[in-house]
Amino acid sequence: MITVKELTKRYARNTAVDHISFEIQKGQIVGFLGPNGAGKTTTMRMLTCFLPPTAGSAIVAGFDVLEEPMEVKKRIGYLPETPPLYPEMMTGEYLSFVGSLKGLRGAELKQRIDYVSERCAVADVRKKQLGKLSKGYRQRVGLAQAIIHNPDVLILDEPTSGLDPKQINETRDLIKSLAGDHTIILSTHILSEVEQICQQVIIISKGKLVATDTVDNLQGRSRGAELVLVEVAGRNGALDPAAVQARLGKVSGVNRIVLKAKQPAHSTFEVETQKDHFVRGDLARAIVEAGWDLNELRSAAVSLEEIFLELTGTQEAGPKDEVVVRGAGE
Amino acid sequence: MRNVWLIWRKEMRSYFVSPIAYILLLMCALIFGFFFWSLLQAYLQFSMEAQMRGEMFPMNMPEEITRRLFGNIPVTGLFIIPLITMRLFAEEKRTGTIELLTTSPIRDGEVILGKWLAATTMYCCLLFLSAINVAFLFFYSHPDWKPILVSYLGLLLQGAALLAIGTFISTLTKNQIIAGAATFGACLLIFVCGWVGEYNSETWARVLAYLSVSTHMESFTRGTLDSKDAIYYVTLIVVGLFLTARSMESLRWRS
Repeated sequence: MITVKELTKRYARNTAVDHISFEIQKGQIVGFLGPNGAGKTTTMRMLTCFLPPTAGSAIVAGFDVLEEPMEVKKRIGYLPETPPLYPEMMTGEYLSFVGSLKGLRGAELKQRIDYVSERCAVADVRKKQLGKLSKGYRQRVGLAQAIIHNPDVLILDEPTSGLDPKQINETRDLIKSLAGDHTIILSTHILSEVEQICQQVIIISKGKLVATDTVDNLQGRSRGAELVLVEVAGRNGALDPAAVQARLGKVSGVNRIVLKAKQPAHSTFEVETQKDHFVRGDLARAIVEAGWDLNELRSAAVSLEEIFLELTGTQEAGPKDEVVVRGAGE
Repeated sequence: MRNVWLIWRKEMRSYFVSPIAYILLLMCALIFGFFFWSLLQAYLQFSMEAQMRGEMFPMNMPEEITRRLFGNIPVTGLFIIPLITMRLFAEEKRTGTIELLTTSPIRDGEVILGKWLAATTMYCCLLFLSAINVAFLFFYSHPDWKPILVSYLGLLLQGAALLAIGTFISTLTKNQIIAGAATFGACLLIFVCGWVGEYNSETWARVLAYLSVSTHMESFTRGTLDSKDAIYYVTLIVVGLFLTARSMESLRWRS
């Protein structure tokens, strides 16, 4: 459905997108992942014919973005980072305008407006001015306009940014429900989003492609291991972390132990285990048998977050704590 | 063509949904009304004085009034035109809706034409207000309607030309105020640059005078349709819209 070859966008001073190549099959939801400024939006803008590429080619829905932009534009729906809404228009009127822009007319237009406002849950605000809608509604109207002409390809630039958690979930569910009918590319810097919705992920950093794979494979690829967080306390108010490390290291299936936080009385370790080894019970037993207290033991699933940081090379600067907190919540 | 109509309708709606159209209409109604009233007063005074001295009033009064009125309208237009065109592209750029237009299967030219036609239509509505005043003359006398029509054609052409320039300037910035101020400056400059021709007959001054929009208005207000002047305005429109198209294209290469 989408074939991108050596796509490059250079500006006077910098290269925003540097020889990116990937392929997306029909009906897939693909996460386009990267830190801010990685070139996600630029790439999407090239796919939507908003920006012409400096070099390379992109074929979207069977047409080249440079050769036949009109044909491409007929077959894509695009939701930019801020939904392109005219604040003085009413929702229904706006959908009708966009629908006509995309070439719909008459009964078909009417039927599509009804369908998308139902699908995106904006039917109740059809008579309201867009400027007066809440952010969640605006985002949904943005989605509605993107799918109004039933495009083959749907390109969504950070569709959940700036929404509250409830709205984020609603939007994600909506996007998920759209898969199958449409091939969807969605850019985000939120990793859990990709884990939740996408089948395939394309990671870029500083304009370069760093990884493209299925979400499952990527998770597996990252050492394929489980991370366990262990907090150990000494009985008499003192604890030698080195001793704990040495003891835990003897548990079979343990790959690596990292001291994460050290206090006089207790310390936290991050234990990385081998693939297919379930070692939490052994760890607990080892600690208790050695005469320490086990304060906490929980799994910190290896998240895309870590893969992401690893691949984009920002591990040192990355917020390690966040990873831990996130892992705890799941 | 359907797309031009679509954009035109959208622009007209946004003029009339926001207060801008009504403010402009009110302003123009007041200003044109005042022009007309003060001109009428002046000529009533003249004719009264002439009668008291036992002379015949030498001038064709309705014609004098319309001529002066049509001399004033372009000056008002200088202030009005930036207000009409400043939002055309600047606002779309600011809110990001330009991305919707440029990623839809619609040509840049259709967008530009639709927007410029909407601005011209808006300007026509304003001109129409002055026509209401002029209509009063027909109740009390029998002015020749042909020169009046020609004058209106001239006003429309001049307005459309300046609107094309305003449309172009609006593509250059995201800021409506900047677009408006720059358009006002450009229109004023192109309006007054003809003045050098009045006291200077060197070549450069004559060229400058020729380029000015004001010098080409004279034939129209006299009631004569001079193709040379009409072609000048049409050329200006084409140049303005062409520059708009180039600028819109460069938007993609730069942004």
